[in-house]
Amino acid sequence: MTNIVNVEKLSKNYGAVKAVDDVSFGIPEGICFGLLGPNGAGKTTTIEMMEGITAPSAGRVLFRDKPIGGDFRKKVGIQFQSTALPEFITVRETLALFSSFYAKPRPMEEVIRLCSLEDILERDNQKLSGGQRQRMLLALAIIPKPEMVFLDEPTTGLDPQARRNFWDLIGRIKAEKTTVLLTTHYMDEAQVLCEQIAIMDHGKILEIDTPEALLAKHFEGVLIRLPYDGCCSDALEKFEGIVIRDDVLELQTNKLDKSLKDLLSAHVNLEGLSIHKPNLEDLFIKLTGSSLRT
Amino acid sequence: MIFRQFAAMFKARTMEFVRDRGTFFWNLLFPVFLVFGLAFAFSGGGEKLFKVAVVGAVDAGIRLPAMEQMQVIPYAEASEALSKLERHQVDFVLDFDKREFAVNAESNKGALVRELFLAQEAAGNPLVPAFTERAVSGRATRYVDWLVPGVIGMNMMFSSLFGVGYVIVRYRKNGVLKRLKATPVHALNFVSAQAVSRLIIVLLTSIFVFAGTNLFLHFMMRGNYFDLLILTTLGILCMISLGLVFASRMKSEEMAGGILNVVTFPMLALSGVFFSLEGSPPILRTLAKGLPLTHFIEAARKIMLDGAGLVQVAPHLLVLGGLTIVFLGLSSVLFKWE
Repeated sequence: MTNIVNVEKLSKNYGAVKAVDDVSFGIPEGICFGLLGPNGAGKTTTIEMMEGITAPSAGRVLFRDKPIGGDFRKKVGIQFQSTALPEFITVRETLALFSSFYAKPRPMEEVIRLCSLEDILERDNQKLSGGQRQRMLLALAIIPKPEMVFLDEPTTGLDPQARRNFWDLIGRIKAEKTTVLLTTHYMDEAQVLCEQIAIMDHGKILEIDTPEALLAKHFEGVLIRLPYDGCCSDALEKFEGIVIRDDVLELQTNKLDKSLKDLLSAHVNLEGLSIHKPNLEDLFIKLTGSSLRT
Repeated sequence: MIFRQFAAMFKARTMEFVRDRGTFFWNLLFPVFLVFGLAFAFSGGGEKLFKVAVVGAVDAGIRLPAMEQMQVIPYAEASEALSKLERHQVDFVLDFDKREFAVNAESNKGALVRELFLAQEAAGNPLVPAFTERAVSGRATRYVDWLVPGVIGMNMMFSSLFGVGYVIVRYRKNGVLKRLKATPVHALNFVSAQAVSRLIIVLLTSIFVFAGTNLFLHFMMRGNYFDLLILTTLGILCMISLGLVFASRMKSEEMAGGILNVVTFPMLALSGVFFSLEGSPPILRTLAKGLPLTHFIEAARKIMLDGAGLVQVAPHLLVLGGLTIVFLGLSSVLFKWE
């Protein structure tokens, strides 16, 4: 599969702060690529350099093997993390405004249907709820029939219902074979939507692969989790794959039966124990050493 | 394509303004209230003194009764004194060079001073019969006639500077500009749409304010309405382009508000909106010459009160046009989406 976008040794410094530090990766055409990381990891800076909105300090971004510029803006759709919409005009009028910017815009009825805007067309932009707003901003991004859309934390701040609705919309866009670059700090979102993910922290990409490959690489078997009260530290030292973080004890094992017996014989209190299959959330915590730094 | 983008952005901006009822009515009604309010406040007849204009070397032999109650103003040129007389700004002209006195036939005060002057002849003053009488006519210029170009100019200034400058800074701060940067829209096209929308809004507002108050106050209009329209359009363009200079980079609305106040206040004080700067220190008058509002107001008064045409106000038009080009050039060099 050819890459629609290639990022080569991209860096961005703000004074002494390295917001993005020598990052390279490629996005194959037609997939949904998730850029994951805690707040302040450098996701937005990276995506905005890829959109041509922020100038990189070093490195370059290639769109279809060419530096961005020329008619790049006609071929991509962009949804920023926060955008105010022109005030006192309705959703329909805003769609018409943005349609006027492109030579061959997508028919408005199609945009409305794809983003489920039927009920709010005559509503003033200022009176949209969080979820309606994000649907509207996504609609603006897909007006040019883009080859690729950039979505920067589109579901942050939405309630669970609205988030799931939004996933459906992204699913519709993916079904058109549009490449999607999505930043998020919701791991479940990445797991549902993305074929490939990159985990980013402190301006660097820590891992990049399919979610399944990453989980297989970092986890074997299942995770046992226990509230940790500080007891029996000598006995616990003998266990392999044990991690104690704050007041949680975490044990990774592919021999569940044996591990539980060992814990019992070490007189560890098993009250509150849980066993689960590792997911991206666990991977994220393992790699960044923090849960969602929100 | 470019025109379609322009038309859509023009429409969006204009609707945003018209639908923002508060701002819309404030822009329209504030100047109307101001004109009526000041017209009422200053309708009480004005000065108590009689004003006598004298031209040439004063002959001590001529003394009007009750001269102490009159203000005697020397003029170098008889024509200047006579034009003041036409506007009732002086009540009587005494020209010692030409041995001539003049009164405005439509002025009661003038008629009274004339009686006083001629009374000297009856009292046996031999000098008086040598003076010939000259009659001029002309409506009195009221304060409100003089004021209305000032108020319209002031409204034009605020509406242009804040309506373009402040709004673009707000768009930059809340991300509207960033979103537009992510589309194929060219900055110049966006800015032109903003400017033209505001030009038409301010022009229509000015016409509304003028026509609306004129229904009741019947302003003096010696010149041509078309000339006034040309001047007003140029004045608005100049103010809008000044607003664009400030809008080109600033990111904070508070900062923009502060700086726009720094720009508008000197114009409000020095451009002769409410009172004439005649007789104020020369440095202030020189300073005022650098302000676009001064040129608009002076030219508008010349057209309305003196009946000047475009040729007579050409220097003002040139300054306004020149400043507009400078401001537009500056803002196109400085403009940044973010």
